[in-house]
Amino acid sequence: MQRWRRTASRERTLPGGDVPVVLARDGTHGPVIHALSQAAMARGLSEGLRVVDAQAIHPDLHVEPADVAGDAAMLDRLVHWARRWCPWTVVDRAGGLILDTTGSAHLFGGEAALMRDIETRFAIQGLTARLAMAPTRIAAQALACHGENRAICGAEDVADHLAPLPLAALRIGAETQRLLHRLGLKTIGTLAEMPRSALMRRFANMEAGHNPLILLDRAMGRQADPLSPPPDPVNWLMRVRLAEPVMDPEPHMPGLARKLCAALAEAEQGARRLRLTIYRIDGERRAVTLGTAQATRDPAHILRLFDGKFANVDPGFGFDLLTLEALDVEPVSLTQERLDGARDTDKDLAALMDRLSARLGPDRITWTGWRESHVPERAEARIPALTATPAAPPVITRDRPLRIFDPAEELRVLYAVPEGAPAQFRWRRVTFRTARYEGPERIAPEWWQDRPGTRLRDYYKVEVTDGRRFWLYRQGVMGDGRGADPRWFLHGLFA
Amino acid sequence: MRLDSSYGQVKRLSRRAPPPANREAPGAEAAVLRDALSAGALDISATGFVLARLAGADRPILWVQDRLSRQENGGLYGIGLAQLGLKAPVLQVTVNHPRDALWAMEQGAGCAGLSAVVGEIHGAPTVLDFTATKRLALRAERANVPIWLIRSGDPGTLSAARERWRIGALPSGANPHDARAPGPPRWTAELFRARGRPPGAWVAEYDPRAARSTDRLGLVPASGDAALAQDGQPRADAAGG
Repeated sequence: MQRWRRTASRERTLPGGDVPVVLARDGTHGPVIHALSQAAMARGLSEGLRVVDAQAIHPDLHVEPADVAGDAAMLDRLVHWARRWCPWTVVDRAGGLILDTTGSAHLFGGEAALMRDIETRFAIQGLTARLAMAPTRIAAQALACHGENRAICGAEDVADHLAPLPLAALRIGAETQRLLHRLGLKTIGTLAEMPRSALMRRFANMEAGHNPLILLDRAMGRQADPLSPPPDPVNWLMRVRLAEPVMDPEPHMPGLARKLCAALAEAEQGARRLRLTIYRIDGERRAVTLGTAQATRDPAHILRLFDGKFANVDPGFGFDLLTLEALDVEPVSLTQERLDGARDTDKDLAALMDRLSARLGPDRITWTGWRESHVPERAEARIPALTATPAAPPVITRDRPLRIFDPAEELRVLYAVPEGAPAQFRWRRVTFRTARYEGPERIAPEWWQDRPGTRLRDYYKVEVTDGRRFWLYRQGVMGDGRGADPRWFLHGLFA
Repeated sequence: MRLDSSYGQVKRLSRRAPPPANREAPGAEAAVLRDALSAGALDISATGFVLARLAGADRPILWVQDRLSRQENGGLYGIGLAQLGLKAPVLQVTVNHPRDALWAMEQGAGCAGLSAVVGEIHGAPTVLDFTATKRLALRAERANVPIWLIRSGDPGTLSAARERWRIGALPSGANPHDARAPGPPRWTAELFRARGRPPGAWVAEYDPRAARSTDRLGLVPASGDAALAQDGQPRADAAGG
């Protein structure tokens, strides 16, 4: 809600504080309320309610779409930001952060002072934080969501702190919660008082993530529940700062490439996508991005890829900062060349594809990809060589030409019978007489993707008197009710 | 003056020996630049001939095509290539200008991972002059990658290619299943200029569906050369070029 208020206020004026505002996300039966403002909360609305119901009760409700993905992305960023307090931070799936502050609270002057610091820092960002500190992760989650704010609970009084909280604080799932409610168990305290054997028997088959007994054990610290924090993001970025603006990036490239490759080699990584950015003195910047077929950390190869790329980069009045960044990296370990001393030719081929793609454009260097289709021109697709590997072609028993025209070229044809092969045809102002032919091979239109009214094709392999072999087709047959007389096309050439 | 014992023997040989049939083995070829010209317009026999020679290759083939030849002769069709017996994958490069095609071919010629480089250039653009072909020829020999240059619509410009072929279509062989249908392709293959070997003319027949042997491209001397094989005199037009 606060994030929405902040991002939306950049573009327009927001409704006043007394107008109830809700953010809606898509539910199974239409939009449901995802988050709501203080005013909406005061009207008695709650999360998960359907928006149409809420609007029926409160016609003045202001509804906005929720940005769920944006919230998740922001949490992912906050995880790394929260490493300022402790090295172990993870995202909680219900929209929170979990910090393992073991051994780091004293750096901020104790646990209470640490929590004050956290709250202040979040407030500076425009976010309200509800905090709780407990010896286990589930206890801390439960206290933060359902207990009092800034609660600190020690190792010995976990049970006392958790006892008055509702069962929902354990996140046991709606089904289990309803079942336990029916049994008269409404708080964690009452659940903890139940004999273990009864709970164990009742929930024997339930998985660990929803099993109330296991969750209770984790909350009480009787079972281990470790965090696995995401690794710190690494920027593979090398920069050159220049004292004076210069016009030509070329002389600085070898040093940049060498430094980047040294950093990559230390981490046993190789670059798949590289970006060179120049920061001009007039505040503009220009970038050159290129990809490689195999992960590489060879400075000479990187230099050769950027060779000739600078002609298209406008340096303006000069630039004073130059960065070379590896956008995508892949692990590359040191590999042994072949024992017999021969060169690994795959690497040569990958380097060749890099060079061709860098100069001519990645979509010009292609392998052939195959699709399941009877229509000849659809059976083949061109796929950029940097993104794919060649595949074996499908086996087709009928003859297919060596070359194909896309689109097919129209012919003028003389035939003996309308359903038969042409006796003579004219293509590119040359007249050919049929000597031998094979066919017809009928290929029907693909009704699931062709436009209605597409006509079938009858293909003929025709050899003319001087020996050239053509692949012709007649589009449609006489009287098929799909247009005028059939037209003839030349689709391919045989060897 | 004492003569070498073999001296008289050498003298008796004619300068241009008759080309033995089937001398070319497609698999074990020297890595040189070869031209394949089409004998007439709208004729792609040269493509078929080059592919038949490359059918034994196992590593990828780089196929460079400029825009004009794509318009004139169409694009390659992968299923047709496989039916012609080509096992190697084809890395296709499509460029607008012949200058880029030549650059791409030069890059490919230096790559040991390729079994051949095939370039296709239509007409006689000014960038494809004697110097450009000389560069390609030297590069092919140094890097040990054979280069084929398919030139359609070429009026006959100078070239430094080590072998220059002119390929034309012939009526195909008999179809074993249908007498009225075309069968395995046949071409006239005329080697009109070559370094280190005599020129000649052959009828090439290629049957991709024949028994799986290593050499399915059969070259038999053209009818005019059958007599030449006996009397050892070169044909007048074969000596030119």
